[in-house]
Amino acid sequence: MSLLAVENLVVRHGLLQAVRGVSFSIERGETLALVGANGAGKTTLLRAIAGAHQPTAGRVLLDGADITGVPSHKRVGMGVALVPEGRKLFVQMTVEENLLLGKTAGRPGDWSVERVLDTFPNLKPRRHAKTGHLSGGEQQATAIGRALMSNPELLLLDEVSLGLSPLVVDRVYASLQGLISSGTTIILVEQDLNRALSVSDKVICMLEGRVALEGPSKGMSRDEVTKAYFGLHRKSAGSVPA
Amino acid sequence: MSNQIVQGILLGGYYALIACGLSFMFSVMRIINLAHGSLAVFSAYALWWLASRFHISPFVGLLIVLPLMAAIGWVLQRFLLERSARGGALLPILTTFGLAIVIDNALFEQFGADTRSLAPYIGSLSYDSWEWPGSIYVGKLAVIMFAAAVVMLGGLQLFLTRTRLGRSIRATSEDPDTAGLVGVDARRASALAAAIAMVTVGLAGAFLGMRATFDPYTGAPQLLFAFEAAVIGGAGSLWGTLLGGIVLALAQTLGAQVHPQGFLIGGHVAFLIVLFIRLSTSGLGLRGLVRLPARKTT
Repeated sequence: MSLLAVENLVVRHGLLQAVRGVSFSIERGETLALVGANGAGKTTLLRAIAGAHQPTAGRVLLDGADITGVPSHKRVGMGVALVPEGRKLFVQMTVEENLLLGKTAGRPGDWSVERVLDTFPNLKPRRHAKTGHLSGGEQQATAIGRALMSNPELLLLDEVSLGLSPLVVDRVYASLQGLISSGTTIILVEQDLNRALSVSDKVICMLEGRVALEGPSKGMSRDEVTKAYFGLHRKSAGSVPA
Repeated sequence: MSNQIVQGILLGGYYALIACGLSFMFSVMRIINLAHGSLAVFSAYALWWLASRFHISPFVGLLIVLPLMAAIGWVLQRFLLERSARGGALLPILTTFGLAIVIDNALFEQFGADTRSLAPYIGSLSYDSWEWPGSIYVGKLAVIMFAAAVVMLGGLQLFLTRTRLGRSIRATSEDPDTAGLVGVDARRASALAAAIAMVTVGLAGAFLGMRATFDPYTGAPQLLFAFEAAVIGGAGSLWGTLLGGIVLALAQTLGAQVHPQGFLIGGHVAFLIVLFIRLSTSGLGLRGLVRLPARKTT
């Protein structure tokens, strides 16, 4: 059975329909990359899976159980953790306090403050610093660490490379590689197409709230994804001005 | 003069007690609770009723009244404040203003206009004093109040920084949406914070009844003192609240020295001076007055 299944999900922001009937599923241990232009509905989709945004229609199934109506704080207890876009740290609190908050749901597992600090060594000297004073890379590491502290089965990463220098992005992905190989199921939103294709098993390209392309990352050409990204695949090539 | 200063500082303990709940609710839930004073008076009446009817000492009565106040706080947050907060920052102010009117008049209907006090039920404590060096006499009750304020503010501070629940409450006050995403039940954290705030209000009401007299309409002046102490100390800062209470009380004591009628004026003047200094240094001008941190609702 798939770890997560999304069925005909529709999510609205007021009058705007951000996600229009999306369905997909992900197996345990898989890594799924979500790509798409700004406003394609990736963030809204992740927030709906995490429970921060109630969908208008459709279902979210975790391990076969319907969790569509379950509030976000309970989903953390069920093993779904989101690293939100823009990191959303509690800036008045220290790195350690932010990490400890991740433990609130009380899921058993082997993530601890020490292990997060070992995974992200750049946080070690900043343990008792307020997160508002950290660099972008340190903040991102704290945000990922906070999500890991809940010992998730399914980790949702929303643009973890946003606003980071290429060097820091490399470092963040190096630590993610460890997670991926350890068997954590991951859905990640990534703007860098090459990176998205190289780390994931499966890729979904979204366009205007719908799935434009879905398939295994291996063998998926950059060209195919680019076409889906801009919506070129729907029309015959001739009708689109070059 | 040193006598006045000592008495002023001790009185500041009472103001800190009553301001603590107001400041706590503002910092955690962004709600300015105008029923604050009335709820304190309600607690004083509850203690008075237990004492006069069942001969329960007010100190023992607190064991009944404080849990009751906590329950009231929980219910208020869940059924009234949480709903009205969805309507913007102004609506909770109007709601609690209405609540204050309801409480005041319900107390008036039940207990009449007679002035009451808890002083007769605490034996000699209400007038006993200790002699300190320099022949300064300090009321035992005033010292107890000050100690209670320090213990309560210190306890709250420790609770907020050292415990898991305290961290949840702080996270909720910073960003309720993200708090949910890390596994904090934001509704529960807010209701719990309201319950804690009401416990401090209950305690403040008890000391109000012991150190002075009260009637059903005593709530408004208590709210004013709490408000002034909280603003002087910087709303949301717990130790600042103690400092604000002391500054307010010292200004009142000083005012009373200058003129027999100067007690209240002294406090108001200190409040206004601090307020204007704040506004002129913050660079926000009058808009700084209503600088409610906007919550994101994405």
